[in-house]
Formats: sequence, C-alpha cells, structure tokens
Amino acid sequence: MAKITMREAISQALMEELDRDPAVFILGEEVGVWGGTYAVTKGFYDKYGAARVKDTPIAENAIIGAAIGAAMVGQRPIAELMTINFAFSAMDYIVNQAAKLRYMFGGQFMLPLVIRAVGGGGRQLGATHSQTPDAIFAHFPGLKVVSPGTPEDAKGLLKSAIRSNDPILFIEHATMYQVRGEVPEGEYLIPIGKSKVQRPGKDLTIVTYCKGLELSMKAADELAKEGVEAEIVDLRTLRPLDMEPVLESFKKTNRAIVVEEGWKSYGVGSEIVSRIYEEAFDYVDAPILRVAQKEVPLPYNRTLEQAALPQVADIVAAAKEVLK
Amino acid sequence: MKKEQLLDLYHQMVLIRRVEERGAELYQAGKIGGFMHLYIGQEAVSTGLIAARETRDRVITAYRDHGVALNCGISANEVMAELLGKATGMSKGKGGSMHMADTSKNMWGGHAIVGGHLPIASGFALGDQYAGNDNVTICMFGDGATNIGYFHEALNLAKTWGLRVLWVCENNQYGMGTAVERASAVTEIRQKAEGYGMKNGQANGMDVMQVYEASKAAIDYVRTEGQPYLLEIDTYRFRGHSMGDPERYRKAEEVKQWQENDPIGIFNKYLLEKKVATRKVLDEIEVRVEEEVAKAIEFAEASPEPALEDLFTDIYAD
Repeated sequence: MAKITMREAISQALMEELDRDPAVFILGEEVGVWGGTYAVTKGFYDKYGAARVKDTPIAENAIIGAAIGAAMVGQRPIAELMTINFAFSAMDYIVNQAAKLRYMFGGQFMLPLVIRAVGGGGRQLGATHSQTPDAIFAHFPGLKVVSPGTPEDAKGLLKSAIRSNDPILFIEHATMYQVRGEVPEGEYLIPIGKSKVQRPGKDLTIVTYCKGLELSMKAADELAKEGVEAEIVDLRTLRPLDMEPVLESFKKTNRAIVVEEGWKSYGVGSEIVSRIYEEAFDYVDAPILRVAQKEVPLPYNRTLEQAALPQVADIVAAAKEVLK
Repeated sequence: MKKEQLLDLYHQMVLIRRVEERGAELYQAGKIGGFMHLYIGQEAVSTGLIAARETRDRVITAYRDHGVALNCGISANEVMAELLGKATGMSKGKGGSMHMADTSKNMWGGHAIVGGHLPIASGFALGDQYAGNDNVTICMFGDGATNIGYFHEALNLAKTWGLRVLWVCENNQYGMGTAVERASAVTEIRQKAEGYGMKNGQANGMDVMQVYEASKAAIDYVRTEGQPYLLEIDTYRFRGHSMGDPERYRKAEEVKQWQENDPIGIFNKYLLEKKVATRKVLDEIEVRVEEEVAKAIEFAEASPEPALEDLFTDIYAD
C-alpha cells in the first residue's frame, strides 16, 4: 500500500484509463495547458496532446453538450466542470439530456460519460462558488452520482466510472485534494453503487459521504475517548443508493445520525432518514438526526463560513443526543 | 439526379404530407397524445437536404421531426407506431412525436428542448473528428432556436475546433407564434454565422431542387474543408406551431399566399415540365402513398402496447 493524496489518486485514475482506452479523452476549462485549476491534470497536456486533453471555451453548455454527443457516437469523454456550481449553467445537459436521452430513445445508444465536478465550501469563495448541491443531481433517474471520501475510493470509483457505459457525475471536494490515504498497489476497481463501512462500531451509526466522512472519522475519534463506538457507513454513491450496509448497521446500533455538507432541507440526510424509517422502523430507538449546512448562502467571511458548515463538534453533539 | 431519384423525392414529400394529415386525424381522435408539430409546408427542406447526404452523415433535428425521420429511411409503419406509443415504434413508445430516432439510419432524433440539440451536434462532430473520419453532422433547427445561448455556444465551438457540422436553420418565419423580427436582432439568420467567421448561405425552402443543390454544395464544403457551415432555408409551415395553436399571430391571407407556393405542387410542376414523369406516374405515386399510410396506421393500431416491465428498462446501460 502506498500513501498518496486525493489529487494523486484522481490523477492516477485518469492517466491509467487514458493509457488503457484510446476512446477516453478529457475536455474542460483549463484542463490542458494550465494543468487543471486544481492541478489534477498537470502534465497531461504534454503527455497526451491537445486532442485528448482538450481546453474548451468557458461555455458549460458546449462542454457538457459536446461531451454527450461524443459519448453517443462511441467515444468515452471525461468532461470537467471547474466547479459544480457551474453545473447549473449546464443543467439542461445534465438533467434534460444526459439523464434522459437513452431512455427517451428506447435504449438505442449508450452514454458513457463522466462529468467530474469540484464541490464544497470552506475556501472562502463566496456563495456562488461554495455549494454542495449533490442531492439535486441525485434526484434524477438516468444519472449516477458518485462522491468519494478517501483516495482509495476516489481512484477505484473513478476508474469504474470511466469504464461505465452510463452518464456519471463524479463529485470531488475542493478542500480534500491534499488528504492522504492508503491506496492499493497496481490496478484495482471499486464498484459504483456500493456503500462501505469505513469504521466499525456498535453504539450508533453515522451515515455520511465525501467531506462528511473526514469530519465523521474525527468525530468518531472524539467519541471513542468517551467510550462511544460509532460505526461509519460511507455511501460513496448517491445514486444508485446502496442502503444495505446502512440498514445492517442500523439494525445493530438502533441509533443513527446522517452527516452531509449540503443544506439539511430536502437533502441526502432527508432521504437516508426516510429510508431507515420505511425499511427498519421496528429497530428505531431514538429519533434520527441530521447534521448539515445552515440554511444560508455561504458567506465569504471565514468565521461566518465555518459557522455555517457542519463541524466535528456538531457531529459529536448530535451523536450524544441520539445516545441519550 | 436520375429519374428514379427524382421520383423517390416526390414520393418522400407526398409520404410526409399524408402521414401527417392522417396523423392529425388520429390526434384529433385522441389516439396520439402529447405535443405534435406538423411539418406540412416544409417537406422540401428535409427532403432536399437529406437527399444530399451520404448515409454515414449524421442527422439531428428538433421536435418537428416526422418528415426528417421518413427522409432518413425510417418506415411509415415505425413512425406511426411511435406516434401511437406502441412497442413497435423506433423508441418503443417511450419517445413519441418529438423524439423520432433510428441511429442505425443515422437519424439521432427528434429533440424537444429548443436549441438543446445544437451542442450535442457539435459533440457528434467532435466524436467523428476524434475518430479521424470525415463524416458530416447535419443539424436542423428553427429560427427560434437561434436566439438561445445553446446556438451560440455550439457554433462557437464548431468553428473554434473545426468541427464538421452543417447547421441548417429552417426559417419558417415564426418561433411558435412570435415572428422572427419580434424575437431576433437580425431577421436574416445567416448573418449570425458571420459573428463566428463561419461560411453561410441561403436557399428557397419551397423548392426541393434548390434545397438539394445548396445542401450538396454545403455538405461538400464541410467535408472537404473540415469547417462548419450555416445554411438558412426559408420556408413556411402551413399548419399551426403544434396541434393546439389558435393561430392568432398571422393572417389567413398570409398563409394562403404561401400555400400557393406549395412545395409538393412546385415539384409536381417541375417533374411534368422537365418531362421526368407524366401526370399518370405522379398520380400513381400518390395512390401508392395512400396505401402505404393506410397500412402504416393498420400496423400501428394492431401493434402491442409496451409491456409494463419496459417502464424500468433502458434507464441505464450497465
């Protein structure tokens, strides 16, 4: 096992798949000469050339629209959105086109498309550049939504996404590129649509993903100091949602909280809590709580921004509440 | 063009007209649901245009797509079955009037978001460019689609990257009920291509031969130069925007005036004057089409509904 950063893990996945399949190419704003705004594709342009690492105009409809078209006719494009906030500019392509074209035309073609997008707050980028709108995209059948929380998962899931024949939104977190983690040597794949227990425990279940995993792991360390063993289930994929490990854990602990960075209302937590109530009501020993972002547009000021984002202390407090 | 080809074009135009006339009746009878946009009056545009393509060239269009589907070689049976939402339609009844496609015939739909398919057309051409072939993507859209951002992003990308797209604007004078001059800063749509340094031209869309000649030249240019081209084709829809159009926005005299330039009538006259065919031969084509359409309706009505299980198929490939 090698210890690498999230950035390196994603870079490696892209490079390995570019090497493996000539139909794979990358397009997006500043992915080429610049090397990617988060330096994920640094060096790619020189190695693979302008045809496979395509710099685009700042025109999200053209980027995602063209990627969809190229995918429909047999290529395997990876379109990069500089931030997920720009996905709103391309909403028609993600929601009305990518998620629906195959179904609407009776399965006449496949749509092997990966859209990589960077989301999340915490970098003082202001309200329009700091959102975590993952739940919105997970709402639409026809799309798959993946959002890893560790370098190992990021690499294995991205490689699977690139090989998949369906449109996949792959959401990375802006503050996690330097996060380090163990990654297996050699090639490996992690299946899309499988949740995973990232930390075993018996007292309560913390359901989370992406940035929430990093925070929840820290919270679990805190709780452990007080003798509480939290089990952390990482969703990894929001659609299709794999509830099995969540329900299995909950039936054991009977208590749960859901941690996400997005807003609480109509969020990922709302979905998970509903599913637990629907599918494991007899096992509920305490109300299931959600830890999420305060219901405000994220402000620029660092203190205010951090006050709006979910923190480790919020998770610890919620855990204690459900354990009462 | 050889005699057989010319007569085939005539057959296609009459077929579109009759499929849609009978389709309108079926719609009124409640057998076709949703939105339905008739191509009646515009038949010469897609007929002349598609005749000029090679079968390896991809076609993508907007929701006024029945004619384009028939021109691409999709049978009247399948078009009628899709209109009726039957399992035997090209899209198994999941697409309907606005989503006619058969990718095996290089007809890629039928798209219902105004202008939405234009960046996708750039993507087809990008895919072909990446694959290293010189296929041309023919992308059709209405005048109304040239005022939305998608149009501009798609044209900019095509010119910047040297993508082989023939952009075909069917200027039928109205975007729904809004006349071109009430919605577009320039009424001659081709001028918009100038802003992207893109070669462009214009053709009379009521004359199938003119459309064919202009399309042929444009496709040749796109293929050999490896550059996009915008062809504006002036035309007119004789019916409303869709089946539920009260047509308050135009005068009956205006419609009548255009109807005097019926593309089928013009081509009929051309074929007779050039002695390509006698009246008898053309009448026989009309009779053959009537039978073909009657059989298509029979086929569609006798076809099974999609199975309820199909509700959950075709969402994902994996």
